[in-house]
Formats: sequence, C-alpha cells, structure tokens
Amino acid sequence: MRAVPRSTLARSLVVVLAVAIVLFALSEAFGDYRNSQLATGAYFFAVLAGLTVLAGLSGRISLGHGALMAVGAYTALLLIGREGWSLAPALAAAAGATALVGVPLGLAATRLQGPYLAGATLAFAVGLPALGDRFPGLFGGENGLNINPPTPPSWLGANFSLFRWEAWIACLVALLVLFVLYNLVHSGIGRALRATRDDEIAAALCGLHVGRLQTLAFVVSAACAGLAGGVLGAVVQQLATPSAFSIQLSLDLLAGVVIGGLGSLWGAVWGAILLTLLPNWANDLANTLSLSTNVKDNLPLAVYGLVLIGAMLAWPGGIQGALRALGGVRRRRRDRRAVGDVRRQEG
Amino acid sequence: MTKFIDLTLNGISNGAIYAAVALALVLIWRATRIVNFAQGAMLMITTFIASAVVSSSGSYVLGFVVALAVGLLFGAVVERVLIRPVESAPPLNAVIVTLGLYTLLIAVAGMIWGNSPRSFPAAFSLRGYNVGGTIILFSPNDAFIVLVVIAVAVLLAALFRATSLGLQMRASAFAPEVARLLGVRVGRLLTLGWALAALAGALAGVLVAPATFLGPNNFDPILISGFVAAVLGGLDSPPGAVVGGVVLGLALSYVSGYEGSALEPLAALVILMIVLMVRPSGLFSTTGERRV
Repeated sequence: MRAVPRSTLARSLVVVLAVAIVLFALSEAFGDYRNSQLATGAYFFAVLAGLTVLAGLSGRISLGHGALMAVGAYTALLLIGREGWSLAPALAAAAGATALVGVPLGLAATRLQGPYLAGATLAFAVGLPALGDRFPGLFGGENGLNINPPTPPSWLGANFSLFRWEAWIACLVALLVLFVLYNLVHSGIGRALRATRDDEIAAALCGLHVGRLQTLAFVVSAACAGLAGGVLGAVVQQLATPSAFSIQLSLDLLAGVVIGGLGSLWGAVWGAILLTLLPNWANDLANTLSLSTNVKDNLPLAVYGLVLIGAMLAWPGGIQGALRALGGVRRRRRDRRAVGDVRRQEG
Repeated sequence: MTKFIDLTLNGISNGAIYAAVALALVLIWRATRIVNFAQGAMLMITTFIASAVVSSSGSYVLGFVVALAVGLLFGAVVERVLIRPVESAPPLNAVIVTLGLYTLLIAVAGMIWGNSPRSFPAAFSLRGYNVGGTIILFSPNDAFIVLVVIAVAVLLAALFRATSLGLQMRASAFAPEVARLLGVRVGRLLTLGWALAALAGALAGVLVAPATFLGPNNFDPILISGFVAAVLGGLDSPPGAVVGGVVLGLALSYVSGYEGSALEPLAALVILMIVLMVRPSGLFSTTGERRV
C-alpha cells in the first residue's frame, strides 16, 4: 500500500493542496490582526524558502536577500503606482527584475568561497538601499513609494475583509514558491546541485556545469526574494522605504533560516513564524516587565543574535534538525523497508 | 584642482582608518581563516566605552587607552568563548557566529546607549591647515590619524618579522600541526592574534568616531570598507591591507566628492566585485591554488 504518490509533481501537488487547506482554515478562523500576521509570515516564508534552498542545494549563503527584497518591492510599487499595472503582472515583473539582478550576484557567487561571498553580499545589502536616496525622483528618497491597498474582488462580497484578502494573496504566492522549490529540490537539477555542493571537482568530472547550476540556484533564490519583496511592498505594507530593507533585514532573514535549519524547506516555516511573531512577543514582554524603549526596540535583535550564535554552537540543525532527530528512529525503521525508494528521493 | 587636492588628502586620512580595520580583519584571517564580520560592532562597543570614560573623566588620553585595553581583552574573550568551538567546523558556521555576534552587540549597544548617534571628541583640532591663505581639507586630527595608523602598522610588522613571538604566530597560522609538534602553544597564539586584531579595530573606532558620530549602526560602512580594503590587499598580507586601505580611501573619496556620498557603499561593492572577478587573491598576494 502506498500513501504517498510516486511522482514528484503529484507529491508536490498533494503537499501544496494540504498546506492550502490549512492556510484557508487559518484565514477563516483569524481576525484582521492575525490575518495581517499571516500575510507577513507568508512573504517571510517565500524569501526564507528561497534562501534556505540556496544554502541547502549549493552550500552558499547570501546576506543580500534583504536588498533583493527591496528590488522586488520597488519594482512592484513603481509598476503599480506609476504605470498602472495590476497586481499579478507587477508581482511577476518583481520576481523577474530581481532574478535579473540576481544573475551577476549568482555569477559572483559561483566563483567565491564562504567569507568572500558573505562579504560581497553584505556589501550589496549595505550599498543598495543608498540608491533610494541617490535618485529621489524615481525612488522617492527617504519617504519611499506608496500605493493604494489592493481591493478584494466584488464576488467575495462587499464586507470581505481587506486583511483577509491580503493574507490570501500572500499565501497564494507562498504556495507558488513552495510548489516550485519542492519540485526543484526533488528534480534532477536539485540532485545535480547537491552533487556540486558536495564536491565541485567530482561533479564537473561527471559532466555537470557547476557554474551554470549554481548561478541558476542563486537566480531562483533571488526570484523568490523578489516575489516576497513585491508582496511586502505592494500588498502588505503598500509602502517601500530604503530603511525597511536595511542590512538588519538581511541578518534577520539569516537568523530565520538558521533557526529553522539550513537547507530545510520546512525549516523555512519555523523561520517565518519566528520572524513574524518575535517582534510582538518582545513588545509584550517589554511591556509586562515595563522595560525602557531602548531595551524594547532592541530586544528582537538581541534574540536574533543569540539564535545565530546559539544555533551554531549548540544545535546546528535548527528546529527542523531537532525534529528530524526525534523522528529519526521511526524513519530508520521505514528506511530499512524501502531503501531503494529513499535513495531515489534523496538523490 | 583645489577640490581634487582636498579629496586626495581626505582620501588618505579615510584610507588610514580603512587600513586599520583591514589590518584587524587580516590579522584574524591569518590566524584563524575567519573573516570577523563582528569587527565593526566590536569597535563600536569599545568606542562607546571610550566615550563614557572621556565624558566622566574629561581626559581624551584615558579614554583612548581604555578603548585599546578593552579591545585587546574583548578580542581574546571572543576568540576563547565563541570562535574556538567553531574553528574546526565548516567556514560557514564561523561566518554565521560572527554575524550573530554583530547583531547581538548592535542590540546591546542600543539597549544601553540608545539608537540615536552622539558626538565623539577628536584628539586635535578638526579645522583644516591654512596653506597660503586657503583652508585645506586636512586637519591636525587627520595628521594624527595617519601617524597613529602608520605607527601601528610598523609595530605589527616589527612584531611579525623581528620577534620570536611573531615567528611563532606566523608558524601557528601557517602550519598549526607542525607548530604544535615543535612546542608552540598554538591555541594561545590564536587568542593573541584575535586580541591584537581587536586592538587595531578599537583604534580605528576611536579615530573615526569624530567624523561618523557614535551610534550602534554608524560603523557598518567602515566594516564594509575595511573588508574591501583587506580583499584588495589579498586578505593575507598586513602591508597589503594598508595599501588597500589607502587605495580604497582615495577611490571612495573621489566617488563621494564628485558623485555624492550616498554612492560610497555601492562604489565599494563595485570595486570589491572587480577585484574578486579579476584577481580573487588580491592585488598583492601570490596566487595560490584552492585546496580540495
């Protein structure tokens, strides 16, 4: 008997459908506030999934994904606000534009090792937001760009909540990202990428185009960040400012993928939950303990820092790694029954 | 023409500061093959401490000395507590730990001293010298910066080239196993390397703070510039770091003077990309193979 379908495409559709049902139920159960958090979590998931797949498949880390989100957000807002595009093509263009920006970064990424790549992407994250100030006519300077919120279609009824509609759009984008990445990870390309990650020279000797594959991984990851940025800018905040995409955002994203577990698609869910809820928790905690504003504002940051250090020193696998270790006994038993099947999945 | 001369002089004094940060990064890279992305935040903390000492005691010299001493200690503690456990792990782990430390230190500084930048006293006058009736963009304080950085670079070079301690440090960075077999206390020397690097960083912080002001995030661009300068010099060579710092200081000064200061970090990125693409091992190092 087989509970999970054989083909990757069918399996990914089952997963996406299951997640969609859960998200729909959540958005029905939630009020406006929780729905806006759901939307926030959804775009965080989109960017974290891209980032963690990049780390898991090619063994490279980007500190520039906060700035890539800025590319997506500004593209979407410019197209909607200045050119009058509708939301869906604007988001697609945001993903496309960010993928284009990702090409030179990806080319650089294939040639650079650990700290060099980290430094280069860090410089990108620090440098890019300055463009907003340099060209205030186009990008609106410090105040950034803003647009009107998206309106729910009339067939949903006149009283349909705007926040629920935003959550739906954001979740739809997150599901799309999940679908694409799930298939990428389990495809031949994903397998080839893991081969280049583990041993570049051996992979090249097997006839794989190492540089091309790793650039592709970076570009896909950048497109996810652009899509997430587009949702953040055009749907959830309806605003994009240079300060929203500072170096801090990139480091928050890094904390998100590390706590979830580098390389794990499901780890991105944990990371998204952390990034969405932690600022609120810190706020509540600071209010109950009546801490000063200085402490309150910096509490989430301190937690991110501790998460990054603690994860590396104590539990490098993150939350998903810990869960996997718990499920390890069960999995090993199943593996013995179907070794061939697991090998096929793992590549 | 006066603008060009002004920008050149300004570039030299900025370059001296980049050189100090680059030296800090290079010392750590040589010792432990780690780029310390927390360097900018560490020198921010030592500069805040210097600021507190200066304002409570009224003595600039005392603040200066305290900053350097705290930096020395800070570097040693960070190496022992945070870096030692990830030294043998994949390089990505160390990168993430230093970024975590960066984030944590920014948060701690914000909690204690607040997020709005404050001023920091300069050692000497910030008014430019008067040359033949025109005020040039080079003040006694700039001269102080350049001289201090040169002195530190010379002292470090002397330490590495002329003393037994320096030889042992080079040996433990170059071939830790062999050095250990020959009786060198490799672990201690790595700690010393981090301590010296943090000292150079603390120095850069105190020197640059009068110009950038003092706030949790005010030294981020300095870290990027220091990193670019270190890569320019090959990450491995202290003289390369100094030259890289001055070259970058000049380049960024011209960009900032002619195109606007907002483009400075992006210009640093472009220079970094060009260097990494054309000559990944830096302008001054001999080419080495990548180890498999």
